Amino acid sequence: MPVFEYAPAPESRAVVDIAPSYGLFIDGEFAGAGDGKVFKTLSPSSEEVLSEVAQAGAEDVDRAVKAARKAFGTWSALPGSERAKYLFRIARIIQERSRELAVLESLDNGKPIRESRDADLPLVAAHFFYYAGWADKLAYAVRGRSALNGTSGADPRPLGVAGQVIPWNFPLLMLAWKIAPALATGNTVVLKPAETTPLSALFFADICRQAGLPKGVVNIVTGDGSTGAELVGHPGIDKVAFTGSTEVGKAIARTVAGTRKKVTLELGGKAANIVFDDAPVDQAVEGIIGGIFFNQGHVCCAGSRLLVQESVQDELLDALKRRMGTLRVGDPLDKNTDIGAINSAEQLARIRSLADAGEAEGAERWAPACELPSSGYWFAPTLFTGVTQAHRIAREEIFGPVLSVLTFRTPEEAVAKANNTPYGLSAGIWTEKGSRILWMANKLRAGVVWSNTFNKFDPASPFGGYKESGYGREGGRHGLEAYLDV
Amino acid sequence: MADVTASDSALRRFLHGLPGVDAVGLQARTATLGTRSIKTTAKAYAIDLAISMIDLTTLEGADTPGKVRALCAKGISPDPTDRTTPQVAAICVYGDMVATAKEALTGSGIHVAAVATAFPSGRASLPVKLADTRDAVAAGADEIDMVIDRGAFLSGRYLEVFEEIRRVKEACVREDGSGTAAHLKVIFETGELQTYDNVRRASWLAMLAGADFIKTSTGKVAVNATPPVTLVLLEAVRDFRAAVGVQVGVKPAGGIRTSKDAIKYLVMVNETLGDDWLSPEWFRFGASSLLNDLLMQRQKLSTGRYSGPDYVTVD
Amino acid sequence: MSERLSVLKTYKLFVGGKFPRSESGRVYEVTDAKGKWLANAPLASRKDARDAVVAARKAFGGWSGATAYNRGQILYRVAEMLEGRRGQFVAEVAEAEGLSKSKAGLQVDTAIDRWVWYAGWSDKVAQIAGAANPVAGPYFNLSTPEPTGVVAVLAPQESSFLGLVSVIAPAIVTGNTAVVVAGERAPLPALSLGEVLATSDLPGGVVNVLSGRTAEIAAPLASHQDVNAIDLAGADPELATELERAAAENLKRVLRPQPVDWTAAPDTARLLTFLETKTVWHPTGA
Repeated sequence: MPVFEYAPAPESRAVVDIAPSYGLFIDGEFAGAGDGKVFKTLSPSSEEVLSEVAQAGAEDVDRAVKAARKAFGTWSALPGSERAKYLFRIARIIQERSRELAVLESLDNGKPIRESRDADLPLVAAHFFYYAGWADKLAYAVRGRSALNGTSGADPRPLGVAGQVIPWNFPLLMLAWKIAPALATGNTVVLKPAETTPLSALFFADICRQAGLPKGVVNIVTGDGSTGAELVGHPGIDKVAFTGSTEVGKAIARTVAGTRKKVTLELGGKAANIVFDDAPVDQAVEGIIGGIFFNQGHVCCAGSRLLVQESVQDELLDALKRRMGTLRVGDPLDKNTDIGAINSAEQLARIRSLADAGEAEGAERWAPACELPSSGYWFAPTLFTGVTQAHRIAREEIFGPVLSVLTFRTPEEAVAKANNTPYGLSAGIWTEKGSRILWMANKLRAGVVWSNTFNKFDPASPFGGYKESGYGREGGRHGLEAYLDV
Repeated sequence: MADVTASDSALRRFLHGLPGVDAVGLQARTATLGTRSIKTTAKAYAIDLAISMIDLTTLEGADTPGKVRALCAKGISPDPTDRTTPQVAAICVYGDMVATAKEALTGSGIHVAAVATAFPSGRASLPVKLADTRDAVAAGADEIDMVIDRGAFLSGRYLEVFEEIRRVKEACVREDGSGTAAHLKVIFETGELQTYDNVRRASWLAMLAGADFIKTSTGKVAVNATPPVTLVLLEAVRDFRAAVGVQVGVKPAGGIRTSKDAIKYLVMVNETLGDDWLSPEWFRFGASSLLNDLLMQRQKLSTGRYSGPDYVTVD
Repeated sequence: MSERLSVLKTYKLFVGGKFPRSESGRVYEVTDAKGKWLANAPLASRKDARDAVVAARKAFGGWSGATAYNRGQILYRVAEMLEGRRGQFVAEVAEAEGLSKSKAGLQVDTAIDRWVWYAGWSDKVAQIAGAANPVAGPYFNLSTPEPTGVVAVLAPQESSFLGLVSVIAPAIVTGNTAVVVAGERAPLPALSLGEVLATSDLPGGVVNVLSGRTAEIAAPLASHQDVNAIDLAGADPELATELERAAAENLKRVLRPQPVDWTAAPDTARLLTFLETKTVWHPTGA
């Protein structure tokens, strides 16, 4: 037993009041699904049922799209400055209710409260704040495009109704990434949260109420993949925004083929985190740890491949293992937890099967001694060494706390290996040499390149991938274009 | 490691070859560690540990034997209303107060630490600094807190700084024939070194020269101990032990005034170095007002009521 | 029963986050549009101007170094605080400009929304005014706007509140700090705005408000070697020329007075005037 043992420091659950059941949020009202179907949402850290949620069918989706269409006329006709003020209100209410929402997010998703409190929620509020500011400045955002269209000076037009499908890894943050730019630009939305994490989106409906948002501007339909497919395929939507797996992303791209629907896809990744021998080593270790273990590795841009220069391999791996030994795995609501629960039994099975494949293919598996809770879904932070480009754990997205370590000898080789993947979402570079950072950044086929840092997000900064990591950008000025007729 | 100190250029090459410190990443790491929530039993443990690690300090031009004796009494019995309160690690004074402190602390086991080498500026010739040191050692100092010559360091005369530390270390040997020596703490005045890279280089330089402890600050300049600077020191002693096999202690000093701050430092020690450094032998706080805040928190834990400054002693 | 006698407010300057009287000890009479006495406003001196510049300079490092997000939040907070004191400002503007309550209300509402508009610019101005430049060589080249420093602002004479807000917000949102000379005849809304700014998390010294004779206060500001820019909105043509000439001594950035409809939606001209473009070159190579 360590000398300095941290006592449990649980965040209070009392700040959040979860109802036993939730309906769909359509046209400003909560109502059950037309066919009465429901599903349960669990807390992945305890398998406790948190609530029962309506499963939207085709008719429900249709109702939601119609409500959004009806609201579109008035909403898009509002002066941008008025839409801005609604979004500022939402941003402020999120700031006010941030602890409640953080606890809710940790309960429903399994992520540590330290992250939901210090990363997710501040970013959610900031995202609304940022796009609120754009709502009355759209002509400036796409000035070049408008001029080409001969409409210089006029505000660019919104698309109409956006159908948005979001994943379970950052439920409320992904909602913010979708809803904030859509509303700022004058669109209305139908959003489907992930099946395993519907609650924060339903709480967001209540925030819309507090903000006085006109009914129908935001509609939330809960359900599984079939609900998402109904939404994406609905002829009444003008825009599809999806964040999730590459597999589903491809299916969506097929679905919208031949329609006028504008599409943005933010999909999987297999990012290389590249460490050179002149890296600031202590910070690199932190960046590697944060890169792969942040949010249990349920991050599309996770630095899941560590490419380390051979000359510093041993030293770096020693430091990395030592640091992994201090990670605290357990109760997501404990303020000292670093790694929470895996989001679902299904995801846990997938992580296990890929990790087993890593061993079977000859990579060496290592994990620190780490006691896992007896109920709930858990996976210890894990490291594979001796991984090659041919291994499945170097090619497939694991979406869990599993790091594959590969080596390289020269910058050229690092670039070649980093780019040798169908994905292209993000990459990391660790070196004290500025010119090499910029050279690498030029060569890397990835939508976001972090140097001497990793997993940094800001509403002002565009995010999105190359190749099979999707298309379109969310965040920043660029994020507006996905929702404008330009 | 001897070859790296063979010449000025070899030493410079070595120090400049140490891995760089990325300031933003370093600060982010300490900020994250600062969010650790230390409650109930862990807090009680941390508070007592912190008290036992304090070098209770008075370094004023106005110091008198009376003031020093009062401080010693406080160090022995920090909370007269609760005899279970641990005593502090050392009393830290100017060299001319060592004898007074030594006498006041007789039998307590509390060390006397003396600042030396033209503290706090370090602006004196080497013979003066050595004499300052020998004087304090002869008066009975158990520990010597020396300052490095920041001017020499910043102008790149690393070997000169190295030699100075080595000579002071020699001067710490007691002349009573016991063959023992006062422990040497080397103060960098990190607020004047400015960059974290400099702090890391100074740490290795001092450890190579034989420092028993490395210490951030004198408490006499605008910027004293900070969590990021202390983390650089912690990483340095960790890496030095791994490379050379010698364990060196760390002492942040100046500006640590609250229990909350002290606990943050202990969390850093715990998660960077682990059990081996979690004792007064290897980690100290250079502080004065911190003690009373720790005592008030300690009273809060035992009574359930928030305490007030009238319930701790002012010495 | 006699009517209750109201408590009058002593209007004071707003300098460095504090509310001093003029060091000169002077005041001047402020009346409404019909000549009825409203208050005695401080008649600020050259020394008050000097003190205000010192305060603005001292605040510049922190304010320009704050994140754009933080500055945006603070400007939005100003709007929130103003909304809560809307009634007070409507009354002051109505008296100052001889407007009906409803017309004054429109002025105040537009002024509140203007804070919101500029709040949104804090983290966007670099995205329209900056650029990644494709230079012909192995270099990364990036231009970003930076605040110019301390800006002296002569608030418009004809619009005591909306005009005032319309010149302060664009100067400070990008990180500049300001010394504002309130409209000479109707300074009370400006002095009251100081009370709002002081309770909006805006660091002391970012905005400093002086009242008095515009020409008297403007002269030392225009010639001050530690002022980086001057907005001449509140100067008549003759004074403007004189001040622009004085401003040439240290090449202050000068925004000349021009006819402005303060109620109309602004463009980015004011925002961009008080910015410097900084371009960074860095080699790219393995």
